[in-house]
Amino acid sequence: MPVNPELQGRVFAPVAPYLVGREKVREFARAVFSTSPLNYDPDAASAAGYSDVVAPPTFAIVVQEATLAQLLAEPDAGIDFTRVVHGDQRFSYTRAIVAGDELTATLSVTSIKSLGGHSMVTSESTIVDASGAHVVTAISTLVVRGDE
Amino acid sequence: MNSSGAITGEVGDIVAERTFPLSRDSLVRYAGASGDFNPIHYRDDIAQSVGLPGVLAHGMLTMGLAVQPVVDWLGDRGWVSDYQVRFTRPVFVDATDGASVTVVAKIGAIEDATTRVDLTVTFNGDTVLGKAQVRVTFA
Repeated sequence: MPVNPELQGRVFAPVAPYLVGREKVREFARAVFSTSPLNYDPDAASAAGYSDVVAPPTFAIVVQEATLAQLLAEPDAGIDFTRVVHGDQRFSYTRAIVAGDELTATLSVTSIKSLGGHSMVTSESTIVDASGAHVVTAISTLVVRGDE
Repeated sequence: MNSSGAITGEVGDIVAERTFPLSRDSLVRYAGASGDFNPIHYRDDIAQSVGLPGVLAHGMLTMGLAVQPVVDWLGDRGWVSDYQVRFTRPVFVDATDGASVTVVAKIGAIEDATTRVDLTVTFNGDTVLGKAQVRVTFA
């Protein structure tokens, strides 16, 4: 089943808020080989002007993930999970994520393209804080392989 | 480089370089930290059942570690305001020998408050990320 072209432009319901924990930031930082004190030490983060430890630049994927799960589970999407490959990824930040942030992500499908039998599904997850202010937009292109 | 917060450097300068030794442990650790438990990142039999030679690193792990040399170079002088990559080749992680991923970060463009740093990320001599660009904003 091909990817449903009518997905383009669809906006999903916001996912449940994600509360960024200090230990989660540290765990993620260790997993991506971070050696930055800003990711681990609240005093170092505070001295640099942050309210708590700073999340590494790709941490937003953890918040975005729930929105991508929503997209893959959409009944009429026609996206076969076993054929999905991550094509590209971008994070555009207004400010860095810090521990204590309560983040809410909303996904919209910005483009569906066909290329050589494959479908390219590009989505944007807009992530805002508890006050509604923009923090980061996470943009993914998923490549859905066609029948070989 | 100075400590006043302003960037000193020119387009083409290499600002950071680092090699990351990956093992299967690294993949399990990233799976737990990120919540991405796709078994192609820890089970050879499942990776092989979908036509891969074996377990490969999460693309997001490669993306996540590749920016770290830039984060270290930056320190608290600024922050990463935009980061993008294209996943062009997989990084296979051997159960015994692991894998070695090398990152070279070079200044690509200098704008007003923002500097673009371009990453060259290689595994076994091949680049694994395309158009890997980090925009850093100075405080």
